[in-house]
Amino acid sequence: MINISHLHKQFGDLEVLKGIDLNMEKGKTTVIIGPSGSGKTTLLRCLNLLEIPNQGEISLGNYELSFSPGKKLRPQEISAFRKQTGMVFQGYHLFPHKTALENVMEGQIVVQKKSKQEAREKALDILDKVGLKNRADNYPHQLSGGQQQRVGIARALAMDPEVMLFDEPTSALDPELVGDVLKVMKDLSEEGMTMVVVTHEMRFARDAADQVIFIDDGVIVEKGTPEEVFEHTSHNRTRQFLNKIEEA
Amino acid sequence: MDDRAQRVIDILIHSFWPILKAGLEFTIPLTLITFVLGLILGLLTAFARLSGIKPLVGIAKFYVWIFRGTPLLVQLFIIFYGLPSVGLTLKPLPSAIIGFTLNMGAYNSEILRAAISSIGKGQWEAAFSIGMTKAQAMKRIILPQATRVSIPPLGNSFISLVKDTSLAATITVSELFQKGQQIASATYEPLWLYIEVAVIYLIFSTILTYAQSKVEYRFERHVEK
Repeated sequence: MINISHLHKQFGDLEVLKGIDLNMEKGKTTVIIGPSGSGKTTLLRCLNLLEIPNQGEISLGNYELSFSPGKKLRPQEISAFRKQTGMVFQGYHLFPHKTALENVMEGQIVVQKKSKQEAREKALDILDKVGLKNRADNYPHQLSGGQQQRVGIARALAMDPEVMLFDEPTSALDPELVGDVLKVMKDLSEEGMTMVVVTHEMRFARDAADQVIFIDDGVIVEKGTPEEVFEHTSHNRTRQFLNKIEEA
Repeated sequence: MDDRAQRVIDILIHSFWPILKAGLEFTIPLTLITFVLGLILGLLTAFARLSGIKPLVGIAKFYVWIFRGTPLLVQLFIIFYGLPSVGLTLKPLPSAIIGFTLNMGAYNSEILRAAISSIGKGQWEAAFSIGMTKAQAMKRIILPQATRVSIPPLGNSFISLVKDTSLAATITVSELFQKGQQIASATYEPLWLYIEVAVIYLIFSTILTYAQSKVEYRFERHVEK
């Protein structure tokens, strides 16, 4: 489903990704963990080209892109590639001038050129799925953080992505609101959605991940099943990181 | 003394409608037309500034520099009195519309540029993440939010514009102020006539301020205070 090879990303002089090779299978959930500044969010953002890698290849679904310094992708290439992905942001980034329902309808109308009626029906279905049908007409500022994030998930799902990308989706939430969002994500994972999740929620990683990636300083230190990484890691850096997380 | 007072009152009553009429015929249309044109020019200039395309950025910066850096009165004089000497003769009203539009466009472009820039990167990325192009994101997501941000400062420049149109009198547009001037010199009652002119401007700008607050409320109602 997703094939990443030799991926490099640099911001100025700072090399954030130092050659990433990674495979993700269709229908599986991959959780990326690692200390802050390790490059995990950058890696995720490369998967929908919000960051353009400097080198390497990514194949995702029907498209394969290779990157090299000085090579510019055409907007159509970026857009076609990106349409296969849906993204959920740490800061939700809902459109504040639109209701929850309109947020979920927007891409269907503008990008997929669906009729309003069709878009509305689908949006209501998806909002129902994330438990927010009764808040459809609320504006984002009238919703709690957890509700906003679930609308964010619904907005991405409405575009029928092949892959859902989650960038620390619960990091900005009050602890008591995290559960609702994780529940929605777990359901999606169980339904067979292909997911890539950057998170600090180790419980979620243990329960929902098919594959856990530990990334540090721009390289993949370790990958394996949750059990392999959490229980039987042979890597010092992984152990140190997990200990720190558990202390917190 | 009573005769004098009576005379002044008569003059004020008789002049009120002609002055107001000049306002309705020239001041208000001039204000509305230049505001709309100035908004379009301002938006285009803001887009040019934000385009990242070097020649466009350069042209936009140069234009704003010239028209913000020189007095409006001088700009109007160059257009109306200056250009005929290079063969470009414009009637008073078109001269005024062009001058005010160019001036408004420069100021508005800065307001709009700041408003567009104030919308966070996250909104662009969210729009891109659901497959929108740059143009779609600008139109559907960024501009509606930037509009809300820019309404208070645009409202201010709108109200300034109503008053600034009095400068059109200097290039022989028979707008509100010029009408007042004519009657003042014909009747030798400058104090009372100019007060009357001021009152009519005040009526216009009060109505427009009220309208502005309505528009602001309309755009703010869905946003967290």
